[in-house]
Amino acid sequence: MTSGYAIVAVVVVALGTILVGTYGLRVSRTTSDFYVASRTVSPWWNASAIGGEYLSAASFVGIAGLIFAYGPDMLWFPVGYTAGYLVLLTMVAAPLRRSGAYTLPDFAEARFRSRGVRAVASILALAIGWLYLLPQLEGAGLTLNTVTGAPDWVGALIVTAVVTANVMSGGMRSITFVQAFQYWLKLTAITVPILFLVVVWQVHGASSLTEPEFPAFRQDTEVSFQRQTTIHVEESVLVRGTGEVDGVRVGDSGLVLTEGYHRIVQGSELTFPKDAPVPHLSTMAHNTNEMWSLPMSSGADFPLYGAYSLIIATFLGTMGLPHVIVRFYTNPNGTAARRTTLIVLGLLSFFYLMPPIYGALGRVYTPELLMTGQTDAVVLVLPTRMIDGIGGELLGALVAGGAFAAFLSTSSGLVVSLAGVLSQDVLRLGGVRGFRISTVLAGLVPLAMTFVSTGMPVADMVGLAFAVAASSLCPLLMLGIWSSRITTVGAIAGMLAGGVPALTAGLVTMFTDTGDAWYEVLLSRPAAWTVPLGFSVMYVVSLLTQRHVPPGVQRTMVKLHAPENLGLDGSGPSSADERS
Amino acid sequence: MTTPPPPRPDPKPTQRVVVTSPRTRAPRARRPYSGTREINEQSELGAVYMRTLIRAQRRLGLSVCLVTCGALGLLPLLFAIEPDLGKFRILGLGLPWFLLCVATFPMLLLAGWFYVRQAERSEREFAELVERP
Repeated sequence: MTSGYAIVAVVVVALGTILVGTYGLRVSRTTSDFYVASRTVSPWWNASAIGGEYLSAASFVGIAGLIFAYGPDMLWFPVGYTAGYLVLLTMVAAPLRRSGAYTLPDFAEARFRSRGVRAVASILALAIGWLYLLPQLEGAGLTLNTVTGAPDWVGALIVTAVVTANVMSGGMRSITFVQAFQYWLKLTAITVPILFLVVVWQVHGASSLTEPEFPAFRQDTEVSFQRQTTIHVEESVLVRGTGEVDGVRVGDSGLVLTEGYHRIVQGSELTFPKDAPVPHLSTMAHNTNEMWSLPMSSGADFPLYGAYSLIIATFLGTMGLPHVIVRFYTNPNGTAARRTTLIVLGLLSFFYLMPPIYGALGRVYTPELLMTGQTDAVVLVLPTRMIDGIGGELLGALVAGGAFAAFLSTSSGLVVSLAGVLSQDVLRLGGVRGFRISTVLAGLVPLAMTFVSTGMPVADMVGLAFAVAASSLCPLLMLGIWSSRITTVGAIAGMLAGGVPALTAGLVTMFTDTGDAWYEVLLSRPAAWTVPLGFSVMYVVSLLTQRHVPPGVQRTMVKLHAPENLGLDGSGPSSADERS
Repeated sequence: MTTPPPPRPDPKPTQRVVVTSPRTRAPRARRPYSGTREINEQSELGAVYMRTLIRAQRRLGLSVCLVTCGALGLLPLLFAIEPDLGKFRILGLGLPWFLLCVATFPMLLLAGWFYVRQAERSEREFAELVERP
């Protein structure tokens, strides 16, 4: 699906991001401008910015792809990403803002008065941030590959370059504008095409999406296989084209693929006839559309465990994401932080209505993606597939631009917060120069990681970052804010007990091939066991080490919970605005 | 020995004024220790004030959170126990699709709105309590 318009759209989004960023350069002058936009951002701006930052590659292309492949079990991704904000709103939004810290390590230090807790929180924030940046870059590679045919690393490189340059020049102030702009861009880019697509689907006779039949090719379809692929053929089918199947070359007269598994060599280009059922990738459950539409149909082992693990990770992980948390410090006070979060909840709810529709329409219009395994491309391919001519190309360009905006905005937010952590805690370089050096480092590490990872769906990778956040930083925030009995030893023990296993499990699934082992789901969806581990270790160790309750905890609690306008935190040793 | 009050610089001669009603509109004298000061000076009473606020907010947050997430969390179990529920249709959508794509989001918003309202109310009550002279 190479399209000139789509390339133009991607270029426009990248240039627009840089332009809005340079506008920010003129207004950002001080260090405080760089980090938290001098705390002058109104709830609507802030909420749009949070939305823009949060709706990542996983939301824009990943969710639709997973729903398309695995059915309604995957609806827990959008629900969880949104419900995470409800948990954040009810448990941490206002106290987090009132703590008056810039980054998560700042919060750890403000609450526990301990360099040790701060150091562990910094390392975890870095790990989570990089784990989350990786799928963004891979998604960018996929998008550029789908719309231009460029190799995967090009998209990752472009995103890294644009984001790093932009963050270096303007910091958070410009990022707030960029992010707010990008939420509305993304919403437009996903909503407008789907309205047209639904109309077209109605015009085509609104064919049922849940027939008890396998998805079938709507026309003769040429499919190119970019890597060696094992497929399961549901019904004998005659294919033509070039390439090699099971060691046999496809000749001029074509080749009959019998029912069962077949291995297709990389680089093959096969044409499947109209109305033939679409073969599935061997690792995917081959469902009829009716089975697909039912819960627990994804064919994974222990589906109930997987569902609950996903729910726990997404509900609790949101609050532990470094780029989400840094946004709360740009609110003027705790009450505004709450209202901002409520608006975010609304913005996200609206956005997440769209991806499932793409996923469902994909079953009818782009079923061949089930065979090539590029399910994440369903959002990008649908518009040009369903609408012929220039209309489809323009809508396709809009979607591609929106997807690119998604990678740019989430990566920007992550790079800003990671650069903050790096410059303050790792490199110990202050000022604007330190921030710029850290920015480069924050972008380069995940770029290097993209070369060694084994392509798993982007939404799954993001799920792993959520799991690490939920099992380490979430206990720190929740228990730290709501219990005055947590000790420094307990906090460190809890973060490590939850974070290290989750991180290890995540890295193992990302960089090695665990295949079909029974424990695979325990590693790829670790939250259900690591989150309780993190919480209970933090609480129990704290109870055992009550001598190490941080000094002045009562004052800290006053600062976290009392409304600002009462003048109640003035007597604390470090007041909220000392550093701004 | 007490120091005598400084002589008033008022040059006017003293007048008699008839007082016909109590001075209801004048501010009442501030008690020496307001709740604000109790908290800032970390007295026992101040700690009680804070504990009350934190408990109220924690109870509110946890209950909104648990009710909403608990209701959502029951769904996978429900679909696992009774798979036929998945075939039930509402508004042309399968039940899981309807619940997760359509019904969840307004429910989350409503819960969030309720929480913000209640949390702000309990902060207002706290402010009235500690600022009461």
